Amino acid sequence: MSTDGIGARVRRKEDYRFLTGNGHYVDDINRPGQAYAAFVRSPLAHARIRSIDTGAASAAPGVLAVLTGDDAKADGIGGLICGWMITSKDGSPMKAGGHPVLAQDKVRYVGDHVAVVVAETLDQARDAAELVDVDYEELGVVASTATARAAGQPAVHDEISDNTCYEWELGDKAATDVAFSGAAHVTRLDIVNNRLIPNAMEPRAAIGDYDRGSDSFTLYTTSQNPHVHRLVLSAFVGIAPEHKLRVVAPDVGGGFGSKIFIYAEETVCLWASKRVRRPVKWTAERAESFLSDAHGRDHVTKAELAMDANGKFLGLRVHTIANLGAYLSTFASCVPTYLYAPLLSGQYKIPAIYAEVDGVYTNTAPVDAYRGAGRPEATYVVERIVETAAREMGIDPAELRRRNFIGPDEYPYQTPVIMTYDCGDYNASLTKAMELADYGGLAARKAEARARAKLRGVGFSCYIEACGIAPSAAVGSLGAGVGLWESGSIRFNPTGNVIVNTGSHSHGQGHETTFAQLISSHLGVPTDQVEVVHGDTDKTPFGMGTYGSRSLAVGGSALVKAAEKIVAKGRKIAAHLMEASEADIEFKDGKFTVAGTDKEKSIQEVAFAAYVPHNFPPDLEPGLEENAFYDPLNFTFPAGTQICEVEVDPDTGVVEIVNFVAVDDFGVVINPMIVEGQVHGGIVQGVGQALCEAAVYDEGTGQLLTGSYMDYRMPRADDVPSFKVDMTVTPNPSNPLGVKGCGEAGAIAAPAAVMNAVIDAIGADLQMPATAERVWQALQAGTKMAAE
Amino acid sequence: MHAFEYQRPASLTEAVAALGANEEAKALAGGMTLLATMKQRLASPSDLIDLSGIAELKGIRREGDAVVIGAMTTHAEVHASSEVADAIPGLATLAGLIGDAQVRNCGTIGGSVANNDPAADYPAAVLALGATVHTDRRTISADDYFTGLFETALEEGELITKIAFPIPQSAGYAKFANPASRYAIVGVFVARTSDGVRVAVTGAGAGGVFRVPEMETALSGSFTPDAVAGIAVSPGGLNADIHASAEYRAHLVSVMAKRAVAAAG
Repeated sequence: MSTDGIGARVRRKEDYRFLTGNGHYVDDINRPGQAYAAFVRSPLAHARIRSIDTGAASAAPGVLAVLTGDDAKADGIGGLICGWMITSKDGSPMKAGGHPVLAQDKVRYVGDHVAVVVAETLDQARDAAELVDVDYEELGVVASTATARAAGQPAVHDEISDNTCYEWELGDKAATDVAFSGAAHVTRLDIVNNRLIPNAMEPRAAIGDYDRGSDSFTLYTTSQNPHVHRLVLSAFVGIAPEHKLRVVAPDVGGGFGSKIFIYAEETVCLWASKRVRRPVKWTAERAESFLSDAHGRDHVTKAELAMDANGKFLGLRVHTIANLGAYLSTFASCVPTYLYAPLLSGQYKIPAIYAEVDGVYTNTAPVDAYRGAGRPEATYVVERIVETAAREMGIDPAELRRRNFIGPDEYPYQTPVIMTYDCGDYNASLTKAMELADYGGLAARKAEARARAKLRGVGFSCYIEACGIAPSAAVGSLGAGVGLWESGSIRFNPTGNVIVNTGSHSHGQGHETTFAQLISSHLGVPTDQVEVVHGDTDKTPFGMGTYGSRSLAVGGSALVKAAEKIVAKGRKIAAHLMEASEADIEFKDGKFTVAGTDKEKSIQEVAFAAYVPHNFPPDLEPGLEENAFYDPLNFTFPAGTQICEVEVDPDTGVVEIVNFVAVDDFGVVINPMIVEGQVHGGIVQGVGQALCEAAVYDEGTGQLLTGSYMDYRMPRADDVPSFKVDMTVTPNPSNPLGVKGCGEAGAIAAPAAVMNAVIDAIGADLQMPATAERVWQALQAGTKMAAE
Repeated sequence: MHAFEYQRPASLTEAVAALGANEEAKALAGGMTLLATMKQRLASPSDLIDLSGIAELKGIRREGDAVVIGAMTTHAEVHASSEVADAIPGLATLAGLIGDAQVRNCGTIGGSVANNDPAADYPAAVLALGATVHTDRRTISADDYFTGLFETALEEGELITKIAFPIPQSAGYAKFANPASRYAIVGVFVARTSDGVRVAVTGAGAGGVFRVPEMETALSGSFTPDAVAGIAVSPGGLNADIHASAEYRAHLVSVMAKRAVAAAG
C-alpha cells in the first residue's frame, strides 16, 4: 500500500515554486519582439459612438497600431459567444445581443472595450491610448437589477425589448399552486444576492503570438480551460483553425470562475499580433479587473415556502431576476437557470417546486459563473427561507430541517427540479456540526454575551450542490453547446517515472499533488515520481477544463480509466516477461505477480521492458502510455452543514464571527489537507459575500463606485476565526473514485450561515452584505432585540 | 504613470529651492497618496523631490513639554517610539491604526498632515492636542492650519519640517475604520490638558477635521465616557458615501468619543 496515495496529507508539490516566487504566470512570459497593448475603455455606461479619431494616437511615439471595432469587422473577427442556449417559457430562444471584441456603434458599460493601442512599450501604449478621441452621444442608463425590465427603461441592446434575455421556468406551476393552497403556514422572503467582483490574485493577462512561417498562433493566457478557449476562438470568433492555434495557460493565480470565459482582450491580442507581426502582450491593471472581469451573483428574488402545521414542507415558489450585465458572457445564461433552480430542493423533500428566472441586461459588466455559480444563490434562498420559517413557526431550526431531510435510505431521490440525488446522510453532518458548535451551550453563551452588552446569534446552512459537471447527454438536453466529459493520459517513461496529462486545469487547487496521489494509489508509483501536466493544448489531450468542482470527479475518473488501461497493457507485458498466462497475472501496489508463485515484476521493470522490447512477440505492442476520456454518469452531490456563531456590537453594528463549523460530505477524500484548504478558502469567500463585498454601480450614471480596494471590501484574515472543519463520508456511487468535489462548498454554504446568525443575533431581517451600518440601521429600526 | 524627473536633495534648503524652481514639481514624502495617484495617471508632476534623504526632517524628540516629531518620521516609527508611548500614548495608538503595515512603514506624519485627507488619522491628533506645525519658513498653530478638504495653511512650496505636540494630562483615540481602505469613517481624538479638554473628529466632516465644543465642555466638567454619551453631533455637514451615511457617522462620533475617553483613562 502506498503511503502517499489516496487519503494521505501530502504536502502540495506545487507550493515550492509558488512560495519561492518561481511560478510561471502569463506576465512572467516575454516573447522576442514583444509589443504591448493598452485598451481604450468606455468612461460611460451607455453611449452611441459618433466617431473615433485615432490620428493623434497613431502618430504618437512607438505606436504600431490603433485598432477599433471597424477594423475587427473588416478583418472578419467575430463577436464573443455564449455557449448555452436557454429557452423561455413561451418556447422562444434567449435573446443574445451582439458582443463585439471592440465596440461597434455603442458602448454598454463603463470599461467596455472601444479601441486598442499596440506600441513598442507599455508606457507608450498607455500614453497613446489617452490620445484616442472618442465622440460619444450619451444615452440613458439602466443599472438596477430590480427595475431593468420596467417600462420606459433604456434598451441596452436596441433590438431586445424590455432588456430581457429570457423568461425561464422550471418545475410544476400547477402542482406548486395546489401545495400552497393547502398550506397551514407560508413563509415569504425577499432576497438580494449581492453582486461580487472575483478579485483573483493574478489579474487576467494574455500574449498573442503569431508565427508567420507556420501561419499559426500561440495564445498565452489566464484560462481555466485552454481547450475551450481554443475551440471558441477558432470555431466562433474565427481567429484561426484549431490546428493552427495553441493555447497555453501556465500557472494561473486563481480563477474562481472568472477565467473560464473567453474575453475580448485575449482575442484582440491574438488578432493584433497578426496585424503588427509581433507578439502582443496585455496584463490587466487591477482597475481594469474591477471593471471588466465577469462579475458574479446579482439576483433579486422573491421566495415562498409552504408548510403544513408541523412544519413539513409542501411547496416552494421562487421568482428571480438575474442580472446578466451588458453582454452575455461565455456561460452566463446557464448560471442563474440550470446551475441555480435545480438546487432549490436543497437537502429536503419538497414535493412541489416552481421557479421562474428572468435574465436581464443592464449597463454593467457581464455577469457569469463565480465560485459556486448559481448554487450559492440557490442555497442562500433555501437556507434563508428555511431558517426564517423555523423562526416564524417557533421550531428549532435544526429540528425543522430534520423533519424535512431526505433520509439516508431514500436514494436515489428524484427532486421535482431535474436532479437525482444518489447518496448522502444530511442528518449525520448536521449532528456532527451541532456537536462541534456546542449548540447545546448556545443559550448560556447568549446570556453571557448579553451581560457584556453584545448580541450573540447562531445560523445554520445545510447546503447541497451539484458538482462533477457534468453528464454530456444531460447538459446537452438542457441547451449546453458542449459536452462536459474530461480526459487524461498516463505515460510511463523508460526509467519508470510517469507523466500525467490532464484536460483539467489547476489554478490553485493542487491537482499536481492530488492527481499524483491518485496515480500512486492506482499504479504504485510514489507521488514524487509523477509529474502532472496541464494547461497546454499542444501537450494535453482535449479537455474541458476546471470549474464546477469537476476536476477530480470527472478528470480524476478519466485518469482511473487510463490507469486501468495501463494495468491491462502492463499485464500483457508482465505475462510475457514472466512466461505466464495473462489470465494469471495479478497487479497490486505497483507489482505484477503470477498467481500462486513468487514471481513478480515491478511496474517500473515492466515500463522499461515496454520501451526496450528486444524479445517482444509480434502481437505485443511496445510502449506504456494510455489515454482515456470519461463522461460522468451523474452530477455529484456534495452536501453538509455549516454553523456560524456571531457576536454583534449594538453600539456600532460590527459583526464578529466567533465560531465557525463546517462538516462536509465530499465522498472519498484524496488529500484531506488540500480539501481543508479548499473549505477554508471557500468559507472566507462566503463570509466576504455575507459581511463585506458588494459591487455597487451608481444607478443614475452606471459608474462603478467600488472600482478599487479603497471601496471594494475583501475579507481579511482577521475577519474570521480558526475554523472547525470535519467530514462525514458517503462514497459517491456514480464514479470510480467515490469522490464528489470540494472546491465550491465553502462559498456556497457560508453566506446563509453567516446571515442566519446575524439575523438571529439582532432579531431583524437584512440583506447582504451585513455591513456594520446595515446592522446598526436594522437595530435602529427597532424590530426587536435578539429573540430569546 | 507618466514619466517624471526624480531628485533626492540632501538638505531642506536644496529641497525648497528645487520646489521653488519648478511649479510642476511635487514633494515626495512617503508617497502613499501621491504615488497611487500618479499610477492612476491622475497626477503627473514633472519632478518628484524626494525628501527621504534629508536628515533634519527625521526623528522623535522630547523637547520640554512637547514631543517633537520630524516630518519624515514614518507612522511605524511613531507607533513604536517609547518617547511617544510614554508622553502621549494615544498618539502612538493612532499611528498604529493607520492603513496597514506597508503604509505605516512608508507613510510619514509630514506627508499625512500636509495632504490633510479628510479621513486621515493624524489631523485629529494635531487639532485635539493643539500641536504646532513647523515649516521651512514659520510655525502654524493647529487651529489655523486645517482650512478644508485637502486644504491647509501651507503655501505653495512650503514644507513641513516637524510637528510639536504638547504633552497632555491624558489623551485617547478611537477609530471606526472604513473596512475597505482602513481610513477613518470616524476617528475621535480626545486630549485633556491644563487648559481644558479638546475633542477633534476626523473622517466624518464634509470640511475635514473639526472640534466638538459641546463634548469639550462636558468633558471639562467630568472626564468620563458617560459625559459624552448623550451628546450627538448633527448629521448636517457630515460626509455620506457608500460606506456610511451622515446619520451613521453622527452616531459613531458619540460612540468613538466615549471610547476615546475610556482609552485616555
